[in-house]
Amino acid sequence: MSSAPVGTAKAATAAEVAAKAPRKVKPPKEESRANWLVRLVLVIVTIGFFIPTFGLFVTSFRARDDAAASGWWTALLNPFHQDWILTNYSEVLSQGMGNAFINSIVVAVPATIIPILIAAMAAYAFTFTEFRGRDVLFIIVVGLLVVPNQVALVPLLQIFNALGLTGEFASVWLAHSGFGMPLAIFILRAYMSTLPKAVIESAKIDGATHYQTFWQLILPMSVPALASFAIFQFLWVWNDLLVALLFIGGGDNEVVTQNLASLLGQYGDRWDLLAPGAFVSMFLPLVVFLSLQRYFVRGMTAGAVKG
Amino acid sequence: MGLKLANAILAILAGVGSVLVLFWLLNWLVERIPGRLSEKLKPWVFVGQAIALISVFLIYPAVRTIILSFFDNSGSKFVGLDNYTQLATDTNFHQTLLNTLLWIIIVPVSAVVLGLLVAILADRLASRGEKLTKSMIFMPMAISMVGASTIWGMVYDWNPPGTDQIGLLNSVLVALGGEPQVWLQITTAKLNSLLLMVILIWLQVGYAMVLLSSAIKGVPEDTIEAARIDGASEIQAFFRIIVPQIWGTVITVFVTILIGVMKVFDIVYVTTNGLYRSNVIANDFFVTLFQFNNSGRAAAIVVVLLIAVIPVMIYQVRRFRAEEAMK
Repeated sequence: MSSAPVGTAKAATAAEVAAKAPRKVKPPKEESRANWLVRLVLVIVTIGFFIPTFGLFVTSFRARDDAAASGWWTALLNPFHQDWILTNYSEVLSQGMGNAFINSIVVAVPATIIPILIAAMAAYAFTFTEFRGRDVLFIIVVGLLVVPNQVALVPLLQIFNALGLTGEFASVWLAHSGFGMPLAIFILRAYMSTLPKAVIESAKIDGATHYQTFWQLILPMSVPALASFAIFQFLWVWNDLLVALLFIGGGDNEVVTQNLASLLGQYGDRWDLLAPGAFVSMFLPLVVFLSLQRYFVRGMTAGAVKG
Repeated sequence: MGLKLANAILAILAGVGSVLVLFWLLNWLVERIPGRLSEKLKPWVFVGQAIALISVFLIYPAVRTIILSFFDNSGSKFVGLDNYTQLATDTNFHQTLLNTLLWIIIVPVSAVVLGLLVAILADRLASRGEKLTKSMIFMPMAISMVGASTIWGMVYDWNPPGTDQIGLLNSVLVALGGEPQVWLQITTAKLNSLLLMVILIWLQVGYAMVLLSSAIKGVPEDTIEAARIDGASEIQAFFRIIVPQIWGTVITVFVTILIGVMKVFDIVYVTTNGLYRSNVIANDFFVTLFQFNNSGRAAAIVVVLLIAVIPVMIYQVRRFRAEEAMK
């Protein structure tokens, strides 16, 4: 787990949180103030949250017949009367999930990197320059944060069809770059507006152009916010099903969520396939989550509607 | 595989490269324009590509969708309000709207209440216990809706009576002397929809918990202490002192989850596909577009969704303006 105190960020404004503004961090509590009832409730809730995932995880190592014949808990109660196997994973990987895993990487990485750069430039303009219609444009960005992507899908599908892009990775790269743009601009502007104005002013006095200020000052200073959005967007794209279904369709280019969805459709009771399939599809997001939780939380907080 | 990865690397290079080249080129041109015009144009060099992307991928398609909703299934013949009147008189669509409404009430409320409960209780644990508890509750945030549906699909699994139940829910029921149920086909009291909502609540509680927990920690300790000295119980202190101070965050979390719930698709699509009276708007949209190939009606469904979002949008813009004014 990350060392940053997840809970101590004061959720006052996105800017404040994204800025990692100096906050009062309470000293670690060595003493617990919880009585038995509090502990009991928390233990029940936590176990309740964890059990479904754990059950599927246990199942992913059980042979087909075992998984179909008895509950996963019976296997845990008699761990030595039970074969524990890894072949479910190799089978599901060779049945298309492996290919889909590569595809998901191919989809998610460009769809994360490309919008960040464009959004960072826009956020700079919204924060540090004056131009006609700036405030109106930003209000539009704020409004678009809540607009469901569905409004764009039918016409985009027609455009991609006409251009011959459906089924190609390029269609999802472009679509996700566009869909992610409002949130990216919003988060990055919130962060940039907390950077000290004096730094920018003095750069200006020294004769730096906006172009230089952006590359040499603002972009390097914005790395925490860029990272937050990157994680946010990566998980969003990786976990997306709808955009992939529409623009990639089936076939050789399908991503992990599509592959898992079609496993569910075709082999609804083959838990020896569904379980490892689910964990292959969840593997990378969980790694990203566990290793970068701090940035993830910050991005999430900054993306909250409150703004 | 190697080819695909090479393709992706090429896409990153080409994508990032063209963004950079365009940026550099426009900047180079604008810097060569003499006088004040140059200063006026410079912001547009920065914001131009974002505006282009948003226009092409969000605004233009949204307008086009609204137009398409007045055309027939192939998008070639103007039919006026036909798509809308069909939706208005279709009892299946009423069912879908009712389900969606239940989703957008039950899921955010449950997620906020559960998140608040965990946040306030975990706050009393020592640091290690608090972190561990929160991590467990928070972890589902990283999981896709398809993955979550698979996880819960096993909990809801059904085997014929007389055989061993491998689904947790049925095995508990059978152990208590009941008959195993095909849970996701039970329409009584919308039980199947409620069980699908559990999946989304499970995904969202961590989000609510993290934001509410931060807000609770921001409540000044002395206000709570003062209430305790005045003889308030812990529960009174919570409802009278803490809740009013974190109310803004409660609303924020509620609205953010609500927006997500409005467009929930994956969970319904991979479990029931809207059968057994469990359909929701976003799944209806997908089915109408793909299985029935009816782009006009699909567009009209999206417009209904868009209209439903407008109050949230107004709320958000107002809130944003109020906050900007405070800076």
